[in-house]
Amino acid sequence: MTWVLDNLGLITDLTVEHLRQSALPIVLGFLVSIPVGWAAFRYTAVRGPVLALVGLLYTIPSLGLFGLLAAALGISFLSETNLVVALTIYAVAIMTRSVADALDSVDRTVRDAATAMGYSPWRRFWTVELPLAGPVLLAGLRVTAVSTIALATVGILIGVENLGYLFTNGSQRRIVAEVLAGVVAVVLVAVVIDLLLVWVGRLVMPWLPRHSRRRAAARAARQAVAA
Amino acid sequence: MCLRPGPVGAPPGHPLCEHRTLLCLGGGHVRQERDPGYVVIEFRSVTKRFPDGTVAVDSFDLVIPARRTTVLVGSSGCGKTTLLRMINRLVDPTAGVIEIDGTSVLDRDPVQLRRSIGYVLQNGGLLPHLTVLDNVATVPVLTGVRRREARLRALELLDVVGLDRSLAERYPSQLSGGQQQRVGVARGLAADPNILLMDEPFGAVDPIVRKELQKETIRLQRELDKTVVFVTHDVDEAFLLGDQVVILEKGAHIAQVGSPSEIIENPASEFVASIIGVERGARALHRKQTPTGTVLVDSAGRTQGVLVDEDRP
Repeated sequence: MTWVLDNLGLITDLTVEHLRQSALPIVLGFLVSIPVGWAAFRYTAVRGPVLALVGLLYTIPSLGLFGLLAAALGISFLSETNLVVALTIYAVAIMTRSVADALDSVDRTVRDAATAMGYSPWRRFWTVELPLAGPVLLAGLRVTAVSTIALATVGILIGVENLGYLFTNGSQRRIVAEVLAGVVAVVLVAVVIDLLLVWVGRLVMPWLPRHSRRRAAARAARQAVAA
Repeated sequence: MCLRPGPVGAPPGHPLCEHRTLLCLGGGHVRQERDPGYVVIEFRSVTKRFPDGTVAVDSFDLVIPARRTTVLVGSSGCGKTTLLRMINRLVDPTAGVIEIDGTSVLDRDPVQLRRSIGYVLQNGGLLPHLTVLDNVATVPVLTGVRRREARLRALELLDVVGLDRSLAERYPSQLSGGQQQRVGVARGLAADPNILLMDEPFGAVDPIVRKELQKETIRLQRELDKTVVFVTHDVDEAFLLGDQVVILEKGAHIAQVGSPSEIIENPASEFVASIIGVERGARALHRKQTPTGTVLVDSAGRTQGVLVDEDRP
């Protein structure tokens, strides 16, 4: 505890860094997975292969991915860009299936009704299907966010400082409190971001009755445990 | 008598000509043909074959008169909903022509076409993430009316369909089935379309609400003067609402077209007679003398009404 109090400044700085480094991949991953997930939803013939392939990305070991990305993109192995791109790829790997499932969860008759009213396909997607896919999208986004925040700590292995620094530094200097502080900080950040997402979800989906929100939350929790 | 000529070369006795005769003999329709606001829907040899090989509609011909309610009635799978969905291009025909006011629907942009035609679905088909008011305002907003204006008009429409304005900010899941259905009707009317398509709109509400909604539909039709095409599997509903009733068999083959009275008085076939139940059930009435006069009794022995003399004071 003394170590934590003595190093509050360091922990705070690393937390801010950590948030910054995770936020970008979460947002980018979400944005990229929408068209990919849509394609998997829309073209049923390629759905299985696309989702399997994208899902496989998650199994690439992070250190290997850093090396591949550095070579493929011509960026420095030891760079924040490398970390952000890698985390984005992992986020896409998790989120794409959620997007496909979420679009699939929209009631066919509602989609049909929107078409009958005279929505163009483009407008129908953005103003009807995507909002109604919201609960399942949110569940997927929460898993993605938590996973990205936990995963970001590997950044320290390629010299990108965030809360992962407390793991390596604590291990090398044999300060258990430092490692523990790192774990607790990461969990706290993940929980806070998760709660934030739930709150934002309530704000942007006011039509959902309370119980279905709880159901979506339970589903997200189950997925998180499974992941 | 018909002002618009049929297709060139249509042989005499062509089913189209028969329908035309029927239409033209209908009196009022002829006068309306000169009215520029007049909208007629016409099916000519329309066939729809789905990719899996089923022929839902097989060479269908029909003229749907303007400002009247035409009811397509038949059992499920007879192609009646497919017919309805071809009018606003939710389904395109494999062959044949569907014209609205002389223009083939296939020549019109489907999105624009749908915005110009009201559509009411079973369960209202409301968008669950929009409030009642925004649901009603959907089509005007799509066509570019400012949201504020569209909402004001939507409020008035709630009055028209008999909904309390206090429901305006609710979401569809917070309404009863009957209320949702009324919102669906209000939405169908919002862009003030000439044509209103209703696809088994009252199929999912309980019988009492159903009766109420049917009465409202008759009232609205009288007040608003739309061309209504109504699909149902309920013969009683068809006879109650329809000016013209089209009884369909499988493949959308027409068993009989006519006014409810024409069909009940003179069913064209055994099939029609059995589907409308003239030989048994509620429509097969016989006289029974009672001390106070003559009453009419159905085949189950239930008294359905009293026979009165028309020119009695």
